[in-house]
Amino acid sequence: MSRLIAAFLLASTAAFCLAQEAPPAAEDPVLEKRVKALSEELRCLVCQNQSLADSNAGLAIDLRNQVRELMQAGKSDAQIREFLVARYGDFVLYSPPVNRATLVLWVGPFILLVGGGVLLATYLRRREQKLHVQTMSADDRARARSLLDGSGSGEN
Amino acid sequence: MARALIPLVVFALIVVFLWVGLSLNPREVPSPLIGKPAPVFELPQLRESGAAIRSGDLKGQVWLLNVFASWCTPCLEEHPYLVSLAQRDLVPVYGLNYKDGRNAALKWLGKHGDPYTGIAVDTEGRTGIEFGVYGVPETFVIDKEGVIRFKHIGPLNPRVLDEEVLPLVARLQQ
Repeated sequence: MSRLIAAFLLASTAAFCLAQEAPPAAEDPVLEKRVKALSEELRCLVCQNQSLADSNAGLAIDLRNQVRELMQAGKSDAQIREFLVARYGDFVLYSPPVNRATLVLWVGPFILLVGGGVLLATYLRRREQKLHVQTMSADDRARARSLLDGSGSGEN
Repeated sequence: MARALIPLVVFALIVVFLWVGLSLNPREVPSPLIGKPAPVFELPQLRESGAAIRSGDLKGQVWLLNVFASWCTPCLEEHPYLVSLAQRDLVPVYGLNYKDGRNAALKWLGKHGDPYTGIAVDTEGRTGIEFGVYGVPETFVIDKEGVIRFKHIGPLNPRVLDEEVLPLVARLQQ
């Protein structure tokens, strides 16, 4: 059985080795590094859970080439991001900017945290008050003692 | 009593959020191009080689831009609706032949019918990027001033055409 598993694992790593990254079109390693870095924070629109760097979809390759060309034309990363957002919307960015549409996304967790804190605080305070009610006052003690001593009617 | 209702209320809220959330289509990315001027292009014509098609020449009329390709299977699904739309002569439909081969595209149109008033050839997909195309077919409604008013991603169907595209076209044509 373990031999079978080992064989399977070996076979799967072989397949993994065969799968290769898309060959870069330009040879400039510095530029390629920049293209890769930027395209890692951009979303591939065809295969939405992959970055532009990971995907080999036709559109992802085109967009990587576009990014490369814009870089060669001397555009900054911010300008290239702007170029893509103007055409594909904030959706291409893996880290969306703070604006009206994404406000809930950014602020929501903190509101939940504060709300949870308030709920917890009120719950704890109420619980404490309940515990206080159960402590006996001096009058209660005196009454209990008198009942226990048998000086009461015995019926109550 | 009120306390017993809390889980019920929470459950109802979750149901509402899931109902809305799961019925949204994550593939339909809202286009930032709606309300913006359509990208300017000058591309070769598919049918008459040597001739060009310019976006500037299309101003002054409401027109549809349909992004299609012969390799695109869903395009075949919407194609009959485009052909019948062209027969009704309500609005000119221009095609953007996206990352396709000239011969393949002409053969495809010969086989399935050609509803297009003019077809621009975008072999490299550059104009596609300008239009924010990410899933073929896509259809844009462009008004007389050359502003994009509507975008549909994926194959058109009679419901979208009759309830969204055509009423909008009629309004824009007035």
